[in-house]
Amino acid sequence: MSHIAIEVAGLSKKYHIGSLQKNHYRLTDQLVDMIAAPFRRAGNLLRGHASGAADLDETIWALKDVSFQVNSGEVVGIIGRNGAGKSTLLKIMSGISDPTWGYADIYGRVGSLLEVGTGFHPELTGRENIFLNGAILGMKKAETERKLDEIVAFAEIDKFLDTPVKHYSSGMYVRLAFSVAAHLEPEILLVDEVLAVGDLAFQRKCLGKMDDVAQGGRTVLFVSHNMGLLQALCKRGIFLQHGTVFTDGTITEAVDAYLQTLEQARSQDLSKRTDRKGQGQVRLVRVDVTNSSDGELSILKTGNPARFVFWVNGFVPGIACNFFIYDSIGQPVTSFMSRVRGPGDAYNPNDGSKFICELDELLLLPGRYRIDVAIVGDNSLQDFIEAATVFEVGDGHVAGRPVRPDGKFSVSMSHRWTLPTKN
Amino acid sequence: MDNITQRPVGASAVPAAINNLQKTRRQASKRWAWPKLRELWEYRELLYFFAWRDIKVRYRQTVMGALWAIIQPIFTMVIFSLFFGRLAKIPSDGLPYPVFSFAALVPWTFFTNALAQASNSLVTSANMIKKTYFPRLALPIATVLAGVIDFILAFVVLLGIMLYYGLVPTINAIWLPFFLLLALVTSLGVGLWLSVMNVQFRDVHYTIPFLTQAWLFVTPIAYPSSMLPEPWRTVYGLNPMAGVVEGFRWALLGSGTAPGPMIIVSSAVALIILISGAFYFRRMEQSFADVL
Repeated sequence: MSHIAIEVAGLSKKYHIGSLQKNHYRLTDQLVDMIAAPFRRAGNLLRGHASGAADLDETIWALKDVSFQVNSGEVVGIIGRNGAGKSTLLKIMSGISDPTWGYADIYGRVGSLLEVGTGFHPELTGRENIFLNGAILGMKKAETERKLDEIVAFAEIDKFLDTPVKHYSSGMYVRLAFSVAAHLEPEILLVDEVLAVGDLAFQRKCLGKMDDVAQGGRTVLFVSHNMGLLQALCKRGIFLQHGTVFTDGTITEAVDAYLQTLEQARSQDLSKRTDRKGQGQVRLVRVDVTNSSDGELSILKTGNPARFVFWVNGFVPGIACNFFIYDSIGQPVTSFMSRVRGPGDAYNPNDGSKFICELDELLLLPGRYRIDVAIVGDNSLQDFIEAATVFEVGDGHVAGRPVRPDGKFSVSMSHRWTLPTKN
Repeated sequence: MDNITQRPVGASAVPAAINNLQKTRRQASKRWAWPKLRELWEYRELLYFFAWRDIKVRYRQTVMGALWAIIQPIFTMVIFSLFFGRLAKIPSDGLPYPVFSFAALVPWTFFTNALAQASNSLVTSANMIKKTYFPRLALPIATVLAGVIDFILAFVVLLGIMLYYGLVPTINAIWLPFFLLLALVTSLGVGLWLSVMNVQFRDVHYTIPFLTQAWLFVTPIAYPSSMLPEPWRTVYGLNPMAGVVEGFRWALLGSGTAPGPMIIVSSAVALIILISGAFYFRRMEQSFADVL
């Protein structure tokens, strides 16, 4: 029997950005501000603002009037571009930060996994961290003790149980963190995009576990950029756009709506897009996809050369460009990393503002593809844009063999057959 | 974000199963509200784990290990004995100066370490605060509690020094737990204020060395409070650490004032700091995740 597990009504969250936050860290500034505030407020009142609130700083609404209901046993995928409010929503539901307006009613215990191993202390051993993390998630010591074997077995870290976790690999970290959270047996499990770190086999295992959680009548909210994963796991999808619910329906409806807006976003000028992540010392300003170096022909064909040009507006030490190709249903196809060097790579002495990636033979099947681009450098992520551009690949030939669109697959490879003959 | 147990709502058909589940409402907090003590109690094991983690991690990868807990006060005691005891000939209520100063340095070191650790407790756990929910109060409280271990180690050394000078604790020593409690309340109260302020103003981090240094001189550690005439000695109690230190000496060595007006003033001030600190903490805690 299912009942309401989550009820969200008119949920809104305002963040202060810009001037106010910059001043926050210095007491002197704050004192000056405190002394000035009453005068400013009086000034605002005189100018006819009703409240007189000194609301001169810039604010953004990370969430605006979000309402939905989730029943127990549902697995809901939360989709949206960077900055759409997905993480804010999960943070409010898990109690980490308060909404500005509205409310979220949660029925039962919440287990949340918003980032991997945040409660872990590097100097403590795996075993010690299990107890610590359990306590942070609200588990009693006896409860953790009872589940210890299960947690360890699920995380596959039995050999390293008494090793300080600072010696763990990132994969082991994720496994342990997920394992503790999943064994909390919460009525509601909130999972942000954390599984991306683990290896494929473990991802499957986690998905299986989340499925079990749902089968047991409990509720899972799952944020991911991996459309394939979402479609495999969820029946329902909520697509957030600019802090509001854009689509709330089946996962296919939500994914379709999301992919459509990604295509729309592409037509927008890249430098005007705000749905990006990273430090921002360097930004991606333009992407060109052409089929030759003269940059005229933009129709790509399977088996023909292709050329991707990424324009950036600055330079930082160790700058590198990574881009990822996804097919029209959001399945990841392939990735390119400029940091991983090949013998044919070169530096462009005359131009510090673009990365050029050339392919002699484009092996993508005909269809539509999108590119997510990450610019890294100065030891951090500088810029990350989803659907920086979308391109079309037309029918062509690979090694002289015609290649046609295929509903299911995305890649073709140059190959030859030796066939039997009747002799 | 109060926990309200769900009751069936009149006409709307609420299935029976819902009654077993606790309903939590996440909404904007009132500006002033009661500190979430019940929730803290539910998470008392977390308090224990945080304190245990702090103790475990504090001296990892140090050569001297837990010896640091006693090196610090002993070293200060030696300096004080040389400069204030020998050179400046500051009176010490008829006690050997090293014992006199060390008896004060034991609770004082506990206080200064607790301040330093508690004031940083939220900032150093920023990542955890931003990504997980648990009662935020647990962080500063656990760091202060973890300091009690260091305090006990230093206290054992103090007993050793007393024996060396042929001094035996007086019967007043039964009051010691009270003064330890007073030291805890003071440290936690000031620690709460500073930890919250540190979230918004990182200046706090730089102020603490000055603060403790200045506080050291307005606390009767290097000198006895008997140097002050009476109405002033009670006023002196406005500094709760003065009450703690004098109380400690009195309970252990039989010197100084018996629990009198000064201790009452100190206790009252310590309680006011703690309670106001807890309310201030409650007022600010919902913004921690956004500001850190």
